[in-house]
Amino acid sequence: MAEFSLPKNSKIKSGGKVHKAEPGASNVKTFKVYRYDPDSGENPRYDKFELDLDETGPMVLDALIKMKSEQDPSLTFRRSCREGICGSCAMNMNGKNGLACTTAIEDCKGEVRITPLPHMDVIKDLVPDFTHFYAQYASIQPWLKTVTPAPSGKERLQSPEDRAKLDGLYECILCACCSTSCPSYWWNSDKFLGPAILLQAYRWLADSRDEFTGERLDELEDPFRLYRCHTIMNCANVCPKGLSPARAIAEIKKMEVERQI
Amino acid sequence: MGTGTGIGRVRGLGSAKHGSLHWWQQRLTAAGNVILLLWFVVSIFRLPVLDYATVTTWIGSPFVAVALVLLTVSVFWHLRLGLQVFIEDYVHDDASRVAALLALNFYAVGSAALAIFSILKIAFGGVHG
Repeated sequence: MAEFSLPKNSKIKSGGKVHKAEPGASNVKTFKVYRYDPDSGENPRYDKFELDLDETGPMVLDALIKMKSEQDPSLTFRRSCREGICGSCAMNMNGKNGLACTTAIEDCKGEVRITPLPHMDVIKDLVPDFTHFYAQYASIQPWLKTVTPAPSGKERLQSPEDRAKLDGLYECILCACCSTSCPSYWWNSDKFLGPAILLQAYRWLADSRDEFTGERLDELEDPFRLYRCHTIMNCANVCPKGLSPARAIAEIKKMEVERQI
Repeated sequence: MGTGTGIGRVRGLGSAKHGSLHWWQQRLTAAGNVILLLWFVVSIFRLPVLDYATVTTWIGSPFVAVALVLLTVSVFWHLRLGLQVFIEDYVHDDASRVAALLALNFYAVGSAALAIFSILKIAFGGVHG
């Protein structure tokens, strides 16, 4: 059966550390952060960090950086651009996937619980292992493929209308918020490509310059690679860029049927 | 099968090159179920009485018997397609999955055959009240 409970060594045990706010702090908010250190041999735990919001930036990423620099330097997470374009700081905050840099602390009710992206192997603390996700991305050959040789000395042209077909697709930053919110991806990520990779696949199917549409559809036509999508729609619900992988997948399914009937 | 590298594991045994017709038939039978079940419920309520003689005579009409056979085919085919997806989603052990899919196919085909035989038996006058 699909695994519905955590393996023994992933169960969260009690007894995490509590990092108190400075005495005299007036606007205190508590963050409950998932901690896992593979070198310790111990199970994961939640540490509590109390922060004075008057001294903290507005976003969850600001809070994490403050915790790391002032309370516990061993706290580990990915971050880079702090403006929602690199996708590094994807994590789960109060039960919903998102980017820590574009999620405002004031939008998180009560104690803020921060965990890594769901159903991914955890490397350390909030850092999940993306190896399989990236291999899946590579498998759809995300580059322009043509039989026509490249025109000499100039670009391959595309009309503004054709270029507009890529809107809502090219903005994807591969943060994996959508894929790791998808129950189908949780149960069958070994074979199901998941919403992020299928949206990327459709980005090349929708490109007027690409000439390998048939071959791409052949590769996707599979009960597991594509058809594990049951339009649960979590993907569209969590996408921090406001995209709809579900719609892209529906378009792929339409193309698969269109060439047969 | 390339299990030594990440991309090898993802490429695996390759694409099955089917799945779209399964998906399309699930939608077609869903539409069939809606239309035929609506007809079935409305027709049953429009019968003056629901005693044995009235119902068997009703089923004896060619249009009713054929519609009932179509309803049976649509419902059981839809059930087979839908539960197959459900089993593939959750049953990951190969032996259990094959066993579950076999049981599902036997149940769907067997039950549909029984239902169709019963409808035809009534329609062809094999049942006397």
